[in-house]
Amino acid sequence: MTDRAVPNPIVRVAPYRARRSRWKEPSILPGFPLAMGITLTYLGLIVIVPLTMLMLRPWELGLDGVIGVLTDERVAAALKLSFGLSFLAALANAPLGLLIAWTLTRYRFPGRRLLDALVDLPFALPTAVAGIALTALYAPNGPLGIWAAKIGLKTAYSPLGIFIALVFIGLPFVVRSIQPVLEDLDHEVEEAAQTLGASDFQRVWRVVIPAITPAMISGLSLAFARAVGEYGSVIFIAGNLPMKTEIAPLLIVIKLEQFDYAAASAIGAAMLAVAFGSLIVLNVIQMRFARKGRV
Amino acid sequence: MAGSTDLALEIRGISKAYGRFPALKNVSLQAKEKEFLALLGPSGSGKTTLLRVLAGLEHPDEGEVRFGGEDFLALPVRRRKVGMVFQHYALFRHMTVAQNIAFGLTVRKASERPSKSEITDRVADLLSLVQLDDLGKRYPSQLSGGQRQRVALARALAIEPKMLLLDEPFGALDAQVRRELRRWLRELHDRAGVTTVFVTHDQEEALDLADRVAILSEGELIQLGAPNAVYEAPATPFVFDFLGAACRMPGTVVGDRLTIGDWETQASKGAPQGVVEVFFRPDEVAFAPADGAGLAAEIRAVAQRGPDVRIEAMVNGQLLELQAHGPTLPIGVGEGLSVRIRPMRPQVYAAS
Repeated sequence: MTDRAVPNPIVRVAPYRARRSRWKEPSILPGFPLAMGITLTYLGLIVIVPLTMLMLRPWELGLDGVIGVLTDERVAAALKLSFGLSFLAALANAPLGLLIAWTLTRYRFPGRRLLDALVDLPFALPTAVAGIALTALYAPNGPLGIWAAKIGLKTAYSPLGIFIALVFIGLPFVVRSIQPVLEDLDHEVEEAAQTLGASDFQRVWRVVIPAITPAMISGLSLAFARAVGEYGSVIFIAGNLPMKTEIAPLLIVIKLEQFDYAAASAIGAAMLAVAFGSLIVLNVIQMRFARKGRV
Repeated sequence: MAGSTDLALEIRGISKAYGRFPALKNVSLQAKEKEFLALLGPSGSGKTTLLRVLAGLEHPDEGEVRFGGEDFLALPVRRRKVGMVFQHYALFRHMTVAQNIAFGLTVRKASERPSKSEITDRVADLLSLVQLDDLGKRYPSQLSGGQRQRVALARALAIEPKMLLLDEPFGALDAQVRRELRRWLRELHDRAGVTTVFVTHDQEEALDLADRVAILSEGELIQLGAPNAVYEAPATPFVFDFLGAACRMPGTVVGDRLTIGDWETQASKGAPQGVVEVFFRPDEVAFAPADGAGLAAEIRAVAQRGPDVRIEAMVNGQLLELQAHGPTLPIGVGEGLSVRIRPMRPQVYAAS
């Protein structure tokens, strides 16, 4: 008999082992090459190619030109306003979102489901509609604006107005990130804390909050990312005064209307870079918290 | 045993209902200082509810719980100083093993809190007590199930509890680890000298571990006693059935004579009169030749599994599954043969 006639399992397995790349974990799921191929093609078409175009476009101005655009007082102020307020709004949403998620998961009361559905509304509403509604509410003669004006607060047409709009659109992201984790949180862990002598405050602060911190940070990242790019709801309430209440996305639109495409993409590229950097930082922080409980 | 002076735990007339479903019905029992008490019952028997009442995690509708003479129900959970161990460990995932164990000490008020170095020492002591000396810096997710449960136990012991409450602590572990931890837990209890209440649905575990076993069914306490006493004289057919395999046959008691099928024997003292149900363990049976004394039985099948032999026998028109130890099985017991069998310790209950 020849070697070929006797199927030798070892010989047949060995070449396969050798071929297997260290990038690919053996998996019981078939179709890895196909799935990875589609993933890369799709992400490439939808995300990477457009963003690459954005990053390439400004350089027709030359390095000095790009620096010139970005160091322009008006542009710098708009970038600072956009990122600063987005971060503050996301930060404000963290405790508020936690409280709402807590109420929705921990208590049973009539209308809970309705309230739960309400959380998603800022997400579902066309942003321009939200902007008009918020502006009508907070304008100096609006139902809330009047009261704010009485205590000397200018809401609409001020950074505070932008902040309110960004809190509004960011809220669902925070609530929806925390809610499932809070729901899944093992009740026995809290009971264990109680039997060990923890007060209600210690139980929440030392057991519950750490458990949901990773989810809170990822919700915060999402709210932040959304706020940075928000346009529709903000431009109505902002008043759009250059140097004061002009957000970066609006400035991009203005540059586009002046057919200054390169400058517009320079601002866009700067936003992209900062947003990407911030998200990476948030991700690293989130992973640090998450790792404690898992690895 | 000792008198009522060293009673630690007194439970009187505890009732608790969830909506219309009664979880506990008028349960009363006591535990002595340093006693190891097992609450044994099938799921839904109320044993966990009773444990949670002791911990303060549930409040009973009626009844009284005293510990060392103190009204326990008036104390909130965190002031009861009971160490509770849960079936699924309930460790704090974001804390290291050492931080988990120290938790009960670090949440104390500043005036009662031990110093940092005292806490560190205490954690080290507890780690070595539960034989996890080098694992203080690990996170719970890096430990095996058995290790996690030992951390949970160390965490509960850290507060120097007046009472240790264990809710099916080995329920999520595999059989091997279970048996090891069981022996170890008993030793730990004897060394630590803490009154312990242990909930389980595993009768072997309860009989092996506890000083006394309380058997619950449908919210009621059915029987309370030392493991041997309970095993040898189950109070009801339910208890008999729950504590191990059972054979049951109808019989009658007249005077002090018990008749089962064609066999008449001495009835136990205080046996109910008239039609009765006779229970016996399938391995507590003596075999005799067909012309001897006992119940006429026809052997249908004999199957040997390791040292154990399973015998199917037709007795009085009823197929019984008996068990015997292979090497001690009489030669006359074989398929198709007629023999007589004699239950060695029949328990007689009034027919329901």
